[in-house]
Amino acid sequence: MATPTVPASAPPAAPAPATAAAPASASAPAPASPTAPAPAQTPAQSLPGPALPGPFPGGRVVRLHPVILASIVDSYERRNEGAARVIGTLLGTVDKHSVEVTNCFSVPHNESEDEVAVDMEFAKNMYELHKKVSPNELILGWYATGHDITEHSVLIHEYYSREAPNPIHLTVDTSLQNGRMSIKAYVSTLMGVPGRTMGVMFTPLTVKYAYYDTERIGVDLIMKTCFSPNRVIGLSSDLQQVGGASARIQDALSTVLQYAEDVLSGKVSADNTVGRFLMSLVNQVPKIVPDDFETMLNSNINDLLMVTYLANLTQSQIALNEKLVNL
Amino acid sequence: MDRGIWLAGGRENERRVVLKIIKHYQEEGQGTEVVQGVLLGLVVEDRLEITNCFPFPQHTEDDADFDEVQYQMEMMRSLRHVNIDHLHVGWYQSTYYGSFVTRALLDSQFSYQHAIEESVVLIYDPIKTAQGSLSLKAYRLTPKLMEVCKEKDFSPEALKKGNITFEHMFEEVPIVIKNSHLINVLMWELEKKSAVADKHELLSLASSNHLGKNLQLLMDRVDEMSQDIVKYNTYMRNTSKQQQQKHQYQQRRQQENMQRQSRGEPPLPEEDLSKLFKPPQPPARMDSLLIAGQINTYCQNIKEFTAQNLGKLFMAQALQEYNN
Repeated sequence: MATPTVPASAPPAAPAPATAAAPASASAPAPASPTAPAPAQTPAQSLPGPALPGPFPGGRVVRLHPVILASIVDSYERRNEGAARVIGTLLGTVDKHSVEVTNCFSVPHNESEDEVAVDMEFAKNMYELHKKVSPNELILGWYATGHDITEHSVLIHEYYSREAPNPIHLTVDTSLQNGRMSIKAYVSTLMGVPGRTMGVMFTPLTVKYAYYDTERIGVDLIMKTCFSPNRVIGLSSDLQQVGGASARIQDALSTVLQYAEDVLSGKVSADNTVGRFLMSLVNQVPKIVPDDFETMLNSNINDLLMVTYLANLTQSQIALNEKLVNL
Repeated sequence: MDRGIWLAGGRENERRVVLKIIKHYQEEGQGTEVVQGVLLGLVVEDRLEITNCFPFPQHTEDDADFDEVQYQMEMMRSLRHVNIDHLHVGWYQSTYYGSFVTRALLDSQFSYQHAIEESVVLIYDPIKTAQGSLSLKAYRLTPKLMEVCKEKDFSPEALKKGNITFEHMFEEVPIVIKNSHLINVLMWELEKKSAVADKHELLSLASSNHLGKNLQLLMDRVDEMSQDIVKYNTYMRNTSKQQQQKHQYQQRRQQENMQRQSRGEPPLPEEDLSKLFKPPQPPARMDSLLIAGQINTYCQNIKEFTAQNLGKLFMAQALQEYNN
């Protein structure tokens, strides 16, 4: 989306004629269209590369951790009365081709029709505190809830460009436009006729999700609350978990079986790649001589039983010790 | 608040906290050090709701003048600005293979619980979680143990009076995870977008390494325990020997006195027996209680683990039989 402004003043339309060279901007007055950024995108790509400031090409990838999104949604739910949206700082690390966002915190701000005030002192303090715990994290940019980029965003973006080179702007659509919560990331690029006053435009970036292994498991567990009636789940115990995991595999297998049957009965056309995957799947069950397998299985089971016995023995020993000591 | 009702209730724990703890561990404590942080939330009727947390920085050599209290105050003040619950309700810690029953933990939890009655300590086991299932447990000290700690009297008599066994030191509080609707929407989004393959770590059969480590730790603890028992036995023996000696001394005294009386001489003064025979120091019972508690935890972990593995082995057997 194109928001042409000269820095510092909020009133939208005034500088538009000056940047009439960028065709889409003149036709789209600032607060108006929630419609696709597609028409605004084409002029962005027509701009030659060297005119863009900053060392990064437009195809940079942003890798998000789920903890960020959860924090953003949480701060949105706790916003002050009357605030339409929430903003905050993004922290993380920068790589050669990608940016990894690993942490965030929300920053109080006030927004009204003509002005916006962000508590930068607070932001600085919080950043200092966070740095004490993880000194590798840098300020990467900022986030905002809501599905639009307004002129205020440009101002805030400028505040942040003082803190970090080429900051990233992340939007999380909590108002659920189009029935989905869309998550988008942007970086700002200058546009306009070189030599005259430059406008600012937000170019979208690719967003990917990165997980640590343990995070993946945590997220899986939490996803289960989607299915329970009052959004509540408990942590299950050992054998139940094995049961749950095998149930999942069973589901996957039944889908595959269904597909195979459909192909056989001619409902669905056969696909060679899928067929190859199925072959490798079936062949993965190792073919072991039954006797060897029996011995292996038995020895493993014996080991486990012995360990269980020893554990029980130890527990009874210490219980006995307690009784003796307290005599 | 009536204590009985509260202890029966559960604890809620929003997903944000879970993810934050996991992330903190992953980034910081790759070694065997322990990672700690503070839990924030509210107390609602008979439940403790935990809604946020923040991590504590590690203690490093060059941070000698780092003020923990100040860090905490700053954080809480800042969080209040953004309407996050800033009430302290507990703390969390990561653990290595389940070895968390230490004196340090006991002391910290006691000071927390003394200040805030409902506080808990959340123990997060990253290694078990990496194996496929989130391992997060919440513990409090039992009221009996609280009283003993208050007295600061860890002698055997006090413990016997309190009738504390290692099973009654910590009590586990059930955890429940609750999400808001908006977060549910977020989860659906993530599920659609992130095409990361499902990890079936939980069903992997190759987990003997984990079992071996657990057993190693258990053996170490049992060694410590046996040393402790030897010490206790020596103490008992010493006390009984001393009793005997006292007895003998008294008898000799009486005999001598009788002899003197028969000879008409004044009896010898009664000497203070306690000065002559100093009673040996009873060994501290608290440590052995802690060790017993730790052994108990290890044994339970091992049993859970073997139960899971047996299940997996039987499934593998069924698969093989079908094949043949």
